[in-house]
Amino acid sequence: MSTALGTRRRRLGESAARPDGVPKVRGEFAFSSDLFSEGMLWGHIVRSPHPAAAIRGIDVSEALRIPGVRAVLTSDDVPGRKTYGLDYPDQPVFAWDVVRYMGEPVAAVAAVHPETARRAAAAIIVDYAPTEPLTDPVAAADAEPIHPLGNVLHRQRVRTGDPDAAGTVVVEGRYETGMQDQAQMGPESGLAIPAEDGGVDLYIATQWLHIDQEQMAACLALPLEKVRLHLAGVGGSFGAREDLSMQVQICLLALRTGRPVKMVYSREESFLGHVHRHPAVMWYRHHADAGGRLVKVEARIILDGGAYLSTSTAVTMNAACMAPGPYRVPNAVVEAVAVRTNNPPCGAMRGFGAVQVCFAYEAQMDKLAAALGLDPVELRLRNALKPGDSLITGQVLRGTAPVAEVIRTCVAAPLPAGVPMTTAELELPGGAGRTADRDRVRRGVGFAVGIKNLLYGGGFDDYSSARCRLEDGVATITCAAVEVGQGFVTLAQQIARDVLGGVDVVLAPPGTTDIGSAGSTSASRQTWMSGGAVQAACLAVRDRLLKSVSSRHGVPQETLDIVDGRVVSLDGQVDIPISEAARGDVLEETVDFHHAPTAELDVDGQGDAFVSFAFAAHRAVVDVDLDLGLVRVLEIATSQDVGRVLNPVQLVGQLEGGIAQGVGLAVMEEIVLDHGRVRNPSFTDYVIPTALDMPPVHIAALIEEPEPGSPMGAKGAGEPPMVSSTAAVVAAIRAATGLELPRAPVRPQDIALAGSGPGPVAGSGPITQEVSP
Amino acid sequence: MTVFVPACLEEAFDAFDKCPDAQLLAGGTDFMVEVNFALRRPPAVVCLRKVEELKGWRLEHAEVVLGAGITYAELMGPQLSDLLPGLAQASRTVGSPQIRNAGTLGGNLGTASPAGDSLPVLAALDARIVVASKKGRRSLGLDELIIGPKRTTLGPGEVIVEVRVPAALGSQEFLKVGTRNAMVIAVANVALVVDWAGQSVRCALGSVGPVVIRARDAEEFISSRIDWARRTLTDEGDVAEFTALVRSAARPIDDHRSTADYRRHAVGVCAQRALGRVLADHNGGTWEQTSWAS
Repeated sequence: MSTALGTRRRRLGESAARPDGVPKVRGEFAFSSDLFSEGMLWGHIVRSPHPAAAIRGIDVSEALRIPGVRAVLTSDDVPGRKTYGLDYPDQPVFAWDVVRYMGEPVAAVAAVHPETARRAAAAIIVDYAPTEPLTDPVAAADAEPIHPLGNVLHRQRVRTGDPDAAGTVVVEGRYETGMQDQAQMGPESGLAIPAEDGGVDLYIATQWLHIDQEQMAACLALPLEKVRLHLAGVGGSFGAREDLSMQVQICLLALRTGRPVKMVYSREESFLGHVHRHPAVMWYRHHADAGGRLVKVEARIILDGGAYLSTSTAVTMNAACMAPGPYRVPNAVVEAVAVRTNNPPCGAMRGFGAVQVCFAYEAQMDKLAAALGLDPVELRLRNALKPGDSLITGQVLRGTAPVAEVIRTCVAAPLPAGVPMTTAELELPGGAGRTADRDRVRRGVGFAVGIKNLLYGGGFDDYSSARCRLEDGVATITCAAVEVGQGFVTLAQQIARDVLGGVDVVLAPPGTTDIGSAGSTSASRQTWMSGGAVQAACLAVRDRLLKSVSSRHGVPQETLDIVDGRVVSLDGQVDIPISEAARGDVLEETVDFHHAPTAELDVDGQGDAFVSFAFAAHRAVVDVDLDLGLVRVLEIATSQDVGRVLNPVQLVGQLEGGIAQGVGLAVMEEIVLDHGRVRNPSFTDYVIPTALDMPPVHIAALIEEPEPGSPMGAKGAGEPPMVSSTAAVVAAIRAATGLELPRAPVRPQDIALAGSGPGPVAGSGPITQEVSP
Repeated sequence: MTVFVPACLEEAFDAFDKCPDAQLLAGGTDFMVEVNFALRRPPAVVCLRKVEELKGWRLEHAEVVLGAGITYAELMGPQLSDLLPGLAQASRTVGSPQIRNAGTLGGNLGTASPAGDSLPVLAALDARIVVASKKGRRSLGLDELIIGPKRTTLGPGEVIVEVRVPAALGSQEFLKVGTRNAMVIAVANVALVVDWAGQSVRCALGSVGPVVIRARDAEEFISSRIDWARRTLTDEGDVAEFTALVRSAARPIDDHRSTADYRRHAVGVCAQRALGRVLADHNGGTWEQTSWAS
């Protein structure tokens, strides 16, 4: 293939080309929505139009009479457990008796044509009795329960030190973040094929095949081995594919009809059919001494979990534990609560609980700096975590923690030039709409730092399994790690080439449940976990190979190496191609890779719950149209703690992509709800940054301090770019306008109609203070 | 579903004879979205793309006659952007390059969205819209064609065939407010035309009412306050009154894209800025037209 251009052979630390890059660019890569099977039917899910209603009856007779309809299923047709869930199965495959959010599945149809399936879906008569939806997360905990398990999904307290400690300077604030969507390009889609053994093969775009399999098997009442998942081409996920979407329904349709069934969500259905980022309401009080050292942080955080649990438990835990940010805080009183409402279910999205609190704690740090008369960057440096410090959970930072370094290097980046009179109007706030008046545009600079825990924690052993098979001089790597676009497929090859001395590497077809679990492609974990498993499997094969050459040639194993596909000895006596070195033997090793164990948090939120942490700093420069409230983000400078760079191009892709989603949350991205109803389930109205909205990213520094415990020294890099970029952009808007802006995304009216009249303020940082004596 | 692809208007009318409930397709940038969302399932579609009479444009005396099938990309071309600068600017704000290559002026009129970007410009230019059917032709003002959100007075079998607007009339501005810097539906938009010869200002507001609104009180007020010989305002304080009158002309609503209060505020700001640009431009001011790639 023409990708050979020399880049395919590159090893760790180099920008190896993606094996799937050229097919994706040329439109030849098969995504899950491209699947086809001879004689397949089309599935369609009937969803509740109401955020809250009782179901008095479902009449499917009309739908069944439509020619071409092969099956109509409701909750009565679920043979096993009628609910599923990542942590606890509280979410119905099909709602019965009651629907709890707009878009909740009620029935499913299979028909010979997708349009026939849609028409049949429309012909199903569900007799709803709408009820008043519970949509205010602040009131939800004390409201009438909307589910037998109650309205509190999870409560996480973290207390350390003296709860009565007080500082000489105190700042308070109430902050909110909106409901963000992952907006992955590829809609949910899959193909289920019934098998002769009574089981089913599902080709699906997901993030973790084995956790899907467990949940599905329980609902389908099949043994695990009869529910076989195969990864289909994934068009992005960002957390949207952690929960089951259509998996159970499409398999039920295939098993019922005995035919392959394909399902592809429309964009609208995608918005209704996957979880979103939890909106948050956060009250904060920071105490500091006169020297600007943090004395105590108090925080109360309410996360809207929507109708079902999903990953709310872990999101709540993250929010509570990361509540003060990357700072030393001796005393803390934190409570985070995820509540159940009739809003859409919320769960995993890039940043996972760390994004919301970063928006609040960084606004608080700016307020505190203003109250102290300190430079906001200096305040952060005085409190920055360093190795050996403790988090508020009591966990001591044993790994690298270059917080001061990311701050210093990011701030040192040169600022972009001022607005020249010659700037094209397209580059002013308002862009193509040509609304800006240069005299009414103000520039602001904002800064933020964030912390993100890496990998799963809280006592959970999220191991990964990988196999290396060396045959005829070619290494075949098999791993169930899901490629969602992040580039694990590239990295796995780089690792194998690195360990096996430039051997030819083949990746076995995308992951399946025929091999061990690789855990989830989330929590910034696959480089560490599945990368570690691939490395360990390759090392085991290498060891066997060199052992055998050593004994055959009578040279010590430690003098042998693999160089450019040949086994060579230091003294030059041995120099044979890998293919001959194995003498026709097939060397195969499968390794389960585990990270260091973690612990559950105790009742006060104390414990070593996390494996590792990564830090990033962002500095945003924005231009704001003071009268119209329109914002143009000019540049984001960033420094990130990455441990070690394994593939520079892919790393930049993670930083730029995360920042794009961070900019989106800062100025435009929000699922708009009206009494529980989603008002903007489309890319017309759920707007994400275009090329005119996404600024250039200036990477000021990549801090490479190899992380102990990480197999290659690298830290996951996918989430930190998302954590603090939103906070930095909003801080910059505050600096430009002098407004408090306690809510993200910042809407034009939040600036333009702010009342007292915005005025420019020099420098970055917050302006409005709420200082208690 | 039957799809008709007529090559001329007569064939289009014939299609309606066969299928009176057919849906007109003139670009499809709104219609196809509705089809994809399963909001519309028309029994038949009459595709106007190949209809010869709807293509292109011509100058007739001091009037530009635009075929209804003209695309936004064509409206941005070098000649038309000189003759109809406001319409060219509105076209530049529509969607992406792909959308501007497909979407048409006739389609924008037929869809009759309150947020249609070309509509305020047509209103401010007092455009005449010619519609035709087997029974003949009639000429309508914008307010006679569009009478509500997505509601027109087009009769059965009637097709928008051309739009007639004055060529190179005075100074023209179009400003559009959206929630991102490109490819966005208008939260509010404003077209302002100053006819120096006729000594009148015309200001039309989009996305702030069920249909495009002409801010007539504001127009009359500011027209009476301009020193037409010197092309300046006699009293700079009049701008505030003009802005207030524009704001009070708006009849906006709250929806998922914005709030009524913001929309009202935004049309005021935009109208004020449009007026400022037009006056600065004709007063030796510093405002420079940006050259746009089309």
